[in-house]
Parts: sequence; C-alpha cells; structure tokens
Amino acid sequence: MEIVEPTNVYAYKLITKKDYFAPGHRACQGCAEALAVRLVAKALGRNVIVASATGCMEIISSPWPFTSWRVPWIHVAFENAAAVASGAEAGMKVLMRKGKVPKKKITFLAMAGDGGTSDIGVQALSGALERGHDFIYICYDNEAYMNTGIQRSSSTPYGASTTTSPAGKVIPGQMTWKKNMPEIAAAHSIPYVATACPSYPIDLVEKVKKAAKIKGPAYIHILSVCPTGWRLPPALSIKAGRLAVETGVFPLYEVEYGRYRFTGKIEKLRPVEEYLKIQGRFRHLSEEMIDTIQKRVVEEYEKLEKKVEMTEGD
Amino acid sequence: MGKRIGLEVSLSAAEAVKMANVDCIAAYPITPQTHIVEHLSELVNDGDLDAEFIPVESEHSAMSVSAGVSAVGARAFTCTSSQGLALMNEIVHIVASMRLPIVMILANRSMSGPISIWNDHTDVMSIRDCGWIQVFANNGQEVFDNVLFAYRVAESQKVMLPLIINIDGFILTHVIEPVEFWEKKQVEQYLPDFKPIHTLHPDRPVTMGGVGMPYVFSEAKVAQDEPLIQSKAEIITAWKELGDIVGRYYKPIETYRTEDAETLFVTQGSFGETVSLVVDALRDKGESVGLVMDRLWRPFPFDEFREATSQAKNLIVIDRAISYGGQGGPLAIDIRSALYKGENQPNITNFICGLAGRDVTINDFKNIYHKAMEKIKENPREEDFEYYGVRGK
Amino acid sequence: MSKTRQDLTWQELEIGATIITPGNSDEYKSGDWRSIRPVVDKKKCIKCGTCYIFCPDAAIYETEDGFFEADMFYCKGCGICAQECPTQAIEMVEEEE
Repeated sequence: MEIVEPTNVYAYKLITKKDYFAPGHRACQGCAEALAVRLVAKALGRNVIVASATGCMEIISSPWPFTSWRVPWIHVAFENAAAVASGAEAGMKVLMRKGKVPKKKITFLAMAGDGGTSDIGVQALSGALERGHDFIYICYDNEAYMNTGIQRSSSTPYGASTTTSPAGKVIPGQMTWKKNMPEIAAAHSIPYVATACPSYPIDLVEKVKKAAKIKGPAYIHILSVCPTGWRLPPALSIKAGRLAVETGVFPLYEVEYGRYRFTGKIEKLRPVEEYLKIQGRFRHLSEEMIDTIQKRVVEEYEKLEKKVEMTEGD
Repeated sequence: MGKRIGLEVSLSAAEAVKMANVDCIAAYPITPQTHIVEHLSELVNDGDLDAEFIPVESEHSAMSVSAGVSAVGARAFTCTSSQGLALMNEIVHIVASMRLPIVMILANRSMSGPISIWNDHTDVMSIRDCGWIQVFANNGQEVFDNVLFAYRVAESQKVMLPLIINIDGFILTHVIEPVEFWEKKQVEQYLPDFKPIHTLHPDRPVTMGGVGMPYVFSEAKVAQDEPLIQSKAEIITAWKELGDIVGRYYKPIETYRTEDAETLFVTQGSFGETVSLVVDALRDKGESVGLVMDRLWRPFPFDEFREATSQAKNLIVIDRAISYGGQGGPLAIDIRSALYKGENQPNITNFICGLAGRDVTINDFKNIYHKAMEKIKENPREEDFEYYGVRGK
Repeated sequence: MSKTRQDLTWQELEIGATIITPGNSDEYKSGDWRSIRPVVDKKKCIKCGTCYIFCPDAAIYETEDGFFEADMFYCKGCGICAQECPTQAIEMVEEEE
C-alpha cells in the first residue's frame, strides 16, 4: 500500500459531512459505485432532482418501503433516465417562468449504469445532449450489467469474463474494446465532459460541482469498481480504481467547451498487468491478450495527449 | 359563445391544447398525428403558447419526457399513432401506475405489419389493459371539447390518472370540420390549475418509482385499478359540467334511436356518425334498428351499456381491430363479457371492417345489417365474427 | 405512508406507491451482513478522515474527540477502511459467534 502524505490526506475534510444518500442501502460490501453515488450526493447537496435508470443503484436504494434518497428522486424505466431528466428540467423551467414555483437553482441529475447509458440508454442520452437541456448526466460504469448477474455490456473491457462473454475454450471473454462513452458525449459539443473515479474523491466532487455550475448539458463518466462482478475482495475496490487510473486504463480528464485537459496526469503509466492481475474476471488472460491490452491502452492514452495538445486545453 | 370556424381537426386539437395552458409538449412525428404537433410548435415559436416544445428523438422518450414533466407538477401533452404508441408501450403502463395525469391524443392508425399509415383501432386496442382512462372522439368539435375535459378529469384529485383521446387518423385528423372555440373565461371556469399530490421538489423530497416488492405489488395494483374504476363518476360529472358551460353534453354511452329498437349497432369512433345515417335509412324501410356509440372505453361503463341495450334482441358490434386467434374484435369480446351478468342476453354478431382506412360506406353498413339478420336467423347464439368485405372470405 | 410497514392495505398506500419519508433506509440494519468488523487503534489514528470518505455505506462517523468510528448498525465489514487507512490503524477482526 502506498504511503500517502499526511497533508494530502487531510484534504478529505474539505468535503461536506452531510450525507444525502442514506446508509442502510442494499449495495454489496465494498461497492465503489455506491461510494460514487454517495460522493455525488455530497457534491450536489439538497437542491437537486434525480432521475435514475433501472440498475444496481436504483434497486439497492429504493426497495419499497425504504429509500436511501434524501433528495427528490424518480425512477421510470431502464433506458430513459436522460429523457425523464429532460422532462423534469423543462417542466420546472416552465413552472418557474410562469411563476407557479418560486425561482430557485435546482440541479437536474440523470443517473444510469453503463448498460443504461452506452447500450439501451444511448438514444435518450444523445437526444437530451443535442437538445441542450441544463442537466448533468452521470454514468456509473461498473463495466457490465451487474444488477442482473454480471452480463456483458458495450462498456465491458476487452478480455473480461462475464456471464454472457465467458472465458471459454474457444472464445476467451469479451472480444471487443470498451465503447468510449465520454468521447461520444464530447462529440455532441456539450459544455462539459469528464471522467472520474471514487478512488479520487476530491477530483470527483470538484468535477460534479463544476458540472452543476455549467449552463447546459454535462456528462460525467465514473469508473465504479464492482468487487462482486470483477471478482476481487471488497476491501480492494478503492485500490483497483486507483490502479485503473495509474495504468492509463481509465485516464482522468475533462473536456470543457471542447478543450481537453488531464486532471492528475500520470507521468509514467504503470504496466496494465498490475491492474488486471488483482481481478478474477481477467484471470484467464494469455500473455498475448495482456500485450494487446497494454498496447491499446498506451495508444488511447497517446490519442488523449494529442487531443490535449491540439485543443490547447492545458 | 366562442368563435366558430371551419378548421382541420388536427389544428383545432392543437388549439384546444393551447387553450388548456399546457406547460410542455413532447412529441415525435408520425403520420397522421403530424399536423397536431406541427401546429403546436408554430404556436410556441410564435409566442402564442407559453410552453416548452420538446422535439424528442423517439416516442419512447416522448412519454418518458412527459413523465418527468408531470412528476415536477407541470401539465404535459403528447400525441402519437400506432407504431409510436407501440414503441412507448412500457412507459404507457408505467405512468399509469405512477398516477401521472398526462393527456395524449392518439391519432388512430393501424399497427404494422404490413406497415400502414391509415386508420383503424388496432393501436388503441394494444393498450386496452394499460390503466389509462380512454375515450373516443367522433368529430372535430368533440376533439376540441374533450381535450379540456381530459385535463379536468385526469388532474382531479380523486382520479390522478393519464388519459388518452382517440381520434381516427386521416378520417378526422385531416378533414376540415366546423369547430366552436371556447372563450378564455369558459376555460378558466372549467379547468383549474394542476395541483399534484406529490411532486419532485427539493423542499419535499419524495421517492417515486421504488421497487415493487412482492409483499406490496398486489396492493399497489389494486390501488391503481380502483381509482380508474371510480373515475367514471368524475368523468360523468366533468362531461355534465362541460355541457352546462358550452351546451354540448357527452355521455359514456351515447344512443341514437334506440328506444324501441330490436337490433342495435355498436360502434366506437367516427363510424358512429356514418351508422346514424344508416339507422335512419333502415328505419325508413321499416327496420327496427338503433345505434349505441361507446364513448368511454376505459373504465368500461358497464351499467350504462347494459341499460342502453336492455331492450335489444340483437347487437351488431362493429370492430375496427382484431384480436388474432381470439373471438373476434376486442370491442365485441368486451361486450360479450360486459353482458355476461346482465338480465338481457341479446344475440351478438361481430363484424370487423375498415382496417387500415378501408372505406366502410352506408351501403356496406346496410349489407352488414342484412348479413347480421341472416346469421341470427340461422344460429341465434352465433359467436363467430366476420371480416367484412375481405376478398376470398 | 408514515410508518415503515410491509403489511399496509391498498387503501393505506401512498398514491403511485410514492415513498414520502426520505432516507428511511437508515432504519435497515445492514450491519447484519457483516462477518468481520473494523477495530481502530487510536494510537495510530491521525484523524484524517480517509476511512470516513471511502466508506460506501456512510457507516463511519466522526466522534466528539475527532476520531472516526464505524457504526455497527450499518457497517457491512467490507474492509475498505482498513485497506485505505494511511497509518494502518484499522484492523478487520472476525465477528464472534
């Protein structure tokens, strides 16, 4: 375990002590996605309306008659978080304009998992981004359909073993590369796109706060380590997220009005093997596959570096 | 009295939506609904209607956006036809369970396949069991009046359910009919502001759409069905008050010359007006015939229907939809079921016609009448149905 | 509805089965899931709050004297706090019985 400077460590005290995502939720032990939700809730505070897709976070937080939400929250269906949030935002805008509701800054948040975003939710997301609603869309990416039993999604990384892309004798796991949702969001020319990971809580909270202040659509993609689905001990959830960032598998960056910038650039990327070997879902990988992953990770990272340079984001 | 003008029914529907002071319109274009939403977007962009027009990327999102609008306490309107309705199907069910009083105009169009843009009732029949209040409008004036009625009933505290107004695609949407607009003060008198019971607002955080665990699901469903069944009372009251204000009275079951009729036609939608002419013609020839028009489809007005048909010996049920592999058209199936406990057990014949906009003329209905009389003579408890006018059948 | 009961009649349900008691999941004892529990060595603890910020269940709270403790009513025993503590002041021990 790395030694952390005591001064850095005390910085966590800057984050509010209030919790808007109550304990007693039914997330697995060590669920980093639940942690991410908790941090986002801290970042946004009271004046938020949340529209959630069906998924892990929806199920564990709203088993009638219990709710973990201390803020207004609505769940309608799986693929329409962005559409429901669009409607809430537009409806509230009209109500305030007509004087039926007192004017007040309310943040509209759409949240969904990777399945509800990059697969079934892509359409609604794209529509909402194009229409320019003033809302934040957060994708909590645990890289598979975890809630229904660890089936693959288009966010499942190359080589990962899931229940519908199992590491078999002929086909060794997921054979396509992870869909790049942050880039798809950025291609809509929205004011703010960012990637985040709860292993870096201050970075995450700052990005969510920035997104809330921006007028127009913002998209944040949060890597959410799932110890159950990724097959690692719950205690290692935070470490795994850190390794994802330090190996370049999940770079932390933001795109503000088209300008790319790393937030916490890793000067020397660690070898991806350090990240892969602690996870059971990658246990079966051959040397060749690890090599493929390593090469592609570096390639994607360099593409990102070029974008930073090209857009003069730094 | 408001102004009375000849206007395409789609446009007068849009004008009624404007008079209802809706807050958000979320819609996706589909023939034959297009003129309604086109006119609404004109009204918004010209500043004549203070509302948000949200051009969604699919019908599924149209209903999802409307759910978000309604959940924050704003008045939502959407509009679609066949395939669009099918695409939004899951959300249609959900918003009824969430008690969100969205109003939707359905420009009735045939369900694919084969793909067809023309009118029949196969689309509305596909959501028969979804939990919405469902009414049929038979002409341009009815469409206008029923939009205001729709919000009045949907948003009433005891009801709080979404409502669908069926209007026959092309046959109504694209024809010019005389429509008398309401005056602003009449709307104010009839339609109060939307006062939801719970909304999404940070001052009173609620959780909507939680997981329906097995120990609560059945109760939640009864809690959804009972208000729908009880809404009939509010529906009748709202139609009566509408009549008191503008002089046009609507009822769940409308009757035409049924008083001494041995045989009754039963129709839904614009067929009714055609068949009323047929009833006149047949009566001139000495036939004992009348017409029952079903205006309220869900909740089904059992008492009113049984009363209207209490003296009839024969019913000729006209369906503009099919229940594949079932016992005829959905209307006939429901009617047989509705009369099951009735004192009077008339012979019921069922004709499916007019699919995908095929014209059913006065002569056709006369043929149907005579065919029905033949069937009844041969087999009084005839339970089969007939596809009318199909070559080869 | 104001009470958290699973045997309400249909008439007692809130409209649309809406839940109007925000955050009432805090009545649920997720601590029952636990098989190991965190134990803090106060001599090593530097009161940084790392454990607090990384707990997915918001089960760790700040005590009056600035230390951080896990609320056993909620703690699921995931071990993240022990793993992340910069001075290794937390140890996960087996629950007795």
